[in-house]
Amino acid sequence: MTTYIIKRLLISIPVLFGILLVTFVLARLIPGDPCKAILGEKATVEVCEKFEKRFGLDKPIHTQFFLYSKRVVVADFGNSIRFSRPVSQILVERFPVTIELALGGLVVAIFAGVFLGIISALKHNTSVDVGTMVLANVGISMPVFWLGLMLAYLFGLLLKDTIFWLPPSGRLTAGLSSIPFFEVWGWEVLKGTTKSKFLEFFANHYIFNALITGNWEIFKDALRHMILPVIALSTIPMAIIARITRSSLLEVLGRDYIRTAKAKGVKSKNVVSKHALRNAMLPVVTILGLQMGGLLSGAVLTETVFGLSGVGRMLVEAIYARDYPIIQAFTVMIAVAYMFINLLVDISYGFLDPRVRLE
Amino acid sequence: MLSQSTQLEVKNLTTCFRTSKGNVMAVDEISFSLKKGETLCIVGESGCGKSVSALSIMGLLPPSGYVKSGSAIFQNNDLLLMTTKELEKLRGNRISMIFQDPGSSLNPVMRVGDQVSEIFQIHLNISKQEGQKKALEMLKQVEIPDPESRMLAFPHELSGGMAQRIMIAIALACNPDILIADEPTTALDVTIQSQILNLMSEMQLKTQTAIILITHDLGVVAEMADNVLVMYCGQVVEYGDVKTVFNSPIHPYTKALMKSIPIIGKKTRRLDAIPGRVPSLDMLPSGCRFERRCAEKNDNIVSNCQNKIPPIFNVDSVHGSRCWLEKGNE
Ligand SMILES: Nc1ncnc2c1ncn2[C@@H]1O[C@H](COP(=O)(O)OP(=O)(O)OP(=O)(O)O)[C@@H](O)[C@H]1O
Ligand SMILES: [Mg+2]
Repeated sequence: MTTYIIKRLLISIPVLFGILLVTFVLARLIPGDPCKAILGEKATVEVCEKFEKRFGLDKPIHTQFFLYSKRVVVADFGNSIRFSRPVSQILVERFPVTIELALGGLVVAIFAGVFLGIISALKHNTSVDVGTMVLANVGISMPVFWLGLMLAYLFGLLLKDTIFWLPPSGRLTAGLSSIPFFEVWGWEVLKGTTKSKFLEFFANHYIFNALITGNWEIFKDALRHMILPVIALSTIPMAIIARITRSSLLEVLGRDYIRTAKAKGVKSKNVVSKHALRNAMLPVVTILGLQMGGLLSGAVLTETVFGLSGVGRMLVEAIYARDYPIIQAFTVMIAVAYMFINLLVDISYGFLDPRVRLE
Repeated sequence: MLSQSTQLEVKNLTTCFRTSKGNVMAVDEISFSLKKGETLCIVGESGCGKSVSALSIMGLLPPSGYVKSGSAIFQNNDLLLMTTKELEKLRGNRISMIFQDPGSSLNPVMRVGDQVSEIFQIHLNISKQEGQKKALEMLKQVEIPDPESRMLAFPHELSGGMAQRIMIAIALACNPDILIADEPTTALDVTIQSQILNLMSEMQLKTQTAIILITHDLGVVAEMADNVLVMYCGQVVEYGDVKTVFNSPIHPYTKALMKSIPIIGKKTRRLDAIPGRVPSLDMLPSGCRFERRCAEKNDNIVSNCQNKIPPIFNVDSVHGSRCWLEKGNE
């Protein structure tokens, strides 16, 4: 097990290097140059030369890549061209937003999807089953941004002044601010250091931060702001999970070992919960790994619709601005997240199914 | 009134399936009785309804199947009329079943020990630890080598023979009154087959369990059975005690089956297979179902054979056959 994890982590190093190279090249293949994109079309040649010198863009491209890789190895992603701030600082601010959103979407998708799938399978061929599956199909075919806009319109606008109103944008109500846990607890942290960035990264998960500091006002407010984006983001994966759970559970319920369980006198509800469910979850876990890509791209759209300043929006803006350091760092970090999640999926697969050997 | 030692009395059990071609009758009015400690073998070609009969009695038919009529009296109660709850109390406890393919009959994601101990936890209402202790006892009884470590194994780590031993351990855990074994050795190789059958006989001697053994291997019948039920196309065509049926079979189908046993020493070029095919369930003939393949039909009775299903004619109180040829002899 441990050797397997170490092996996987080692394998991911060349993969990450490859991703680094590809994003580096692709970013530079976007037509237009950063100088014009940031300083405007009227920037003179001299100004642009200065600009390029400042960000090292005047050197040959392979030298640039070499210098860049050298810094990345020590976790230094350089400075943003557009904001003239360390990219790592921007990562620390933006990533938690997306992580909260994606985790929320994932949890809702898994629980609601599996629940609906089970109900549907157990009520096989009844109106409940048909109804659930029609809903699931509608869910799958609904574009995220359209659903997001509709939700924002319904809950943010139409239901304004009712108790059902939900905030359609932002992370917190104006006027409220989240106080990082290390400040609440009076830790002395030097700004700009790696340690401070590390702590800030955790503190910027507002819901998590409010939870551990016991700030219920912020907790409730942040949670309320997450409801609509999470619904929008989770709908498609939830519908897919519901369908897979249903068909997988139906198949498992027809297997020989389920008949054995019944022949042993296991109660019907335990046949499902103790014998069928774990077997039925195997394909669901596989699908989860594959769904992560969809979840991340869905997060980009969701962030845009709900005015959340997360990774997705940052990345899109960075592409417009030809902000190479940001494009590269964010892409690599998304890849890292993706690989990490897939490792988790594979490990959980090994736990669920003893026939799968992780070696 | 059931006699003291009768464990199970099945009368006119009829089971149907809803299919796209309409309802088909997979089991047609079968009757038999089973006494304490006795072994009843049900034989017949593939598809004749052996498994469906067993599953009907256990209440384990797939959703498309249903019992149309009949009764199965166990301890003065009709199993076929019981609710699922009532059946759950009996299954695995008073009536157990083991299946053809041991490889797929155990839950692949549960440890063997847990699967055995589960049955104790359900029916004896004991804790997991106690269940595990009893499970280990059980594994020893069915002669699993190295039982302590096998308790922690997963089914895919067992051989077919060992998996079937586990199934037997589960089935006999609560000393059931009846064990239904549906082709328990078909998926195993020959040496393992006889080991498993021996194990079942030994356990039967200890517990006086009545066994319904389903098989299409007449060698197994000869070795294990007290009584035999021969089925064809969902119907019982002959029944009787094993010696009588083997020595003086009446029904042409039974005779043909007997002829298909290879005899050691006698050089035969091929097995004496029964010519023709089993009619499909949705196109059954209106007369005797074996008529088209029958070697003994003759002009005197052939119109009967073609048009009317023969009833069971009893030769004596323990031997009977569903054949018009018997009409005169009755
Ligand atoms: N789920 C089902 N739906 C429709 N027909 C079925 C179903 N299960 C069994 N049957 C039919 O019932 C008949 C009896 O099947 P059964 O499984 O009892 O045969 P069997 O005697 O056990 O054969 P085998 O020796 O191959 O196990 C077959 O003709 C089969 O086609
Ligand atoms: Mg069968």
